[in-house]
Amino acid sequence: MTLVIAALVFWLAMWWVNQRLVAIDTGFNHGLAKSINFAVPLIFGITLFVIWELVVRGLEIPFVLLPPPSMIGARIISSLPILWADFQQTFLKAVLAGYILGCGSGFIVALLIDRSSFLQRGLMPLGNFVSALPIVGVAPIMVMWFGFDWQSKAAVVVIMTFFPMLVNTVQGLAAANHMERDLMNTYAASWWQTLTKLRLPAAAPFIFNALKINSTLALIGAIVAEFFGTPIVGMGFRISTEVGRMNVDMVWAEIAVAALAGSAFYGSVALAERAVTFWHPSIRASRN
Amino acid sequence: MMTKDGKTIPVLTIVMVIIAIWYACVVWMNAPFEYDKAERAKIEPPVFSELVSKTMTQDRPVLPAPHQVAQEIYKTTVLKNVTSKRSLIYHSWITLSATILGFIIGTALGIALAVGIVHNKAMDKSVMPWVITSQTIPILAIAPMIIVVLNAAGISGLLPKALISTYLSFFPVVVGMVKGLRSPDTAQLDLMHTYNASTSQTFWKLRWPSSMPYLFTSLKIAVAISLVGAIVGEMPTGAVAGLGARLLAGSYYGQTIQIWSALFMAAALAAVLVMLVGWAHTYVLKRMAEKPEGVIA
Repeated sequence: MTLVIAALVFWLAMWWVNQRLVAIDTGFNHGLAKSINFAVPLIFGITLFVIWELVVRGLEIPFVLLPPPSMIGARIISSLPILWADFQQTFLKAVLAGYILGCGSGFIVALLIDRSSFLQRGLMPLGNFVSALPIVGVAPIMVMWFGFDWQSKAAVVVIMTFFPMLVNTVQGLAAANHMERDLMNTYAASWWQTLTKLRLPAAAPFIFNALKINSTLALIGAIVAEFFGTPIVGMGFRISTEVGRMNVDMVWAEIAVAALAGSAFYGSVALAERAVTFWHPSIRASRN
Repeated sequence: MMTKDGKTIPVLTIVMVIIAIWYACVVWMNAPFEYDKAERAKIEPPVFSELVSKTMTQDRPVLPAPHQVAQEIYKTTVLKNVTSKRSLIYHSWITLSATILGFIIGTALGIALAVGIVHNKAMDKSVMPWVITSQTIPILAIAPMIIVVLNAAGISGLLPKALISTYLSFFPVVVGMVKGLRSPDTAQLDLMHTYNASTSQTFWKLRWPSSMPYLFTSLKIAVAISLVGAIVGEMPTGAVAGLGARLLAGSYYGQTIQIWSALFMAAALAAVLVMLVGWAHTYVLKRMAEKPEGVIA
């Protein structure tokens, strides 16, 4: 019980600290503002973990239900080789291959149908519709077609990532306005020149939006597809078997790896976006 | 440029093309099985016309023909009793109820968080980054564990599945509502200020109405993703009931037609849900525009 009270006290204390931090008037001191913006969510996160640890131990929740973070951490360190092998199988093979193929083909198809308004009008509503469908459901079919290894998972990822990319790219290619296009026209720019010099840069925010959405979709697709049959390695495989054996700390370790991989993947796409679309208002606004 | 009119013909054309390609693939992908069968029975391999009809009547085809799937759906929806475990409507209902429960909890949670974020600076700075981080976690990967663990704790049935839907659906609502509640511009907020409006008055009369378009756009995403959550949530429970269970059972026993029919049912469900939210959207916006004090978004 004392641990639970300690958790409560800690939470209140940290809340107070955060309230004080955001109340500080930073004025023109950008460094201070930046470090506060960094510290506040960090404190919140640490608080979450501390409360989790203390409450689980304090209320003596069975470790099968919810292991404390320290136990998960110990598990991660003690089973690094297994986690690395799973990561390789699921992320480096299935996710990356599927992501590149899916996003690449979505982009290329968008370029191909760019000149045909008929195909665009036909494909866009369908693409929007398919984006709302539970596509993960094709996983059992893909496993049947492409076998148990990572190829079938990559196939699921390709299907899941294709349509968001297609829809966003087509929208993005339409983003450059008439004035800008007319200007390119007066320069006697060819379709190709207009594309590379005007429309693709204008489409970049849309394309990166799709890349970001797809980065999370890809990981989900690959892991869920592994529930339908895998060789004896992979994150989805590990999760489903360890759940069956009630080794919940191993499952949480795997989830931590997945979360880390997912965040890093998303983060790197976001960084690339900042570098490529530095001119976009949403990024300029956050810079100063 | 894309115009609003004249979408039907292109869409129908492309659907027809897809179905044609599908039929071609049926012949192409199911043919090896027929050749194999003929070889084993030591008879001549079938000629093309025979092959075409044979590939479309297999029991467990690699790729079922569209009409086979349509037949299966018809058989399992119209011809079966609704309470029967073989009825697809029964399974759809189970999935749908989990979806809707999760969607409602997720929406409520999302709106509550958004209200907190908009009104409290500390919450904005501390919670928002973690809300975003929470979605980079492939939650569907945790789905089996949540289900099994909650089962072990004595909670089973609808709620565990609904919780997965909740986790997935609260995110778009938070993001959309934070944007929406902040969408009134400074002039409007200043006007409320000159009226000496309290925070709650500003909220109900200005922020809430102007957030509606954002809310409904988010709800469309949220309801679609809720369905995905419920379907995946049904997979690890040992394939008892629901569309996800049908998918898993189909993949265990190689019943491809069953998988495809469950898949199409899920697609239809998603379409209906998104459409319902769309209708609610137009209805609410219409109602708001009629009121003189309503904010026209």
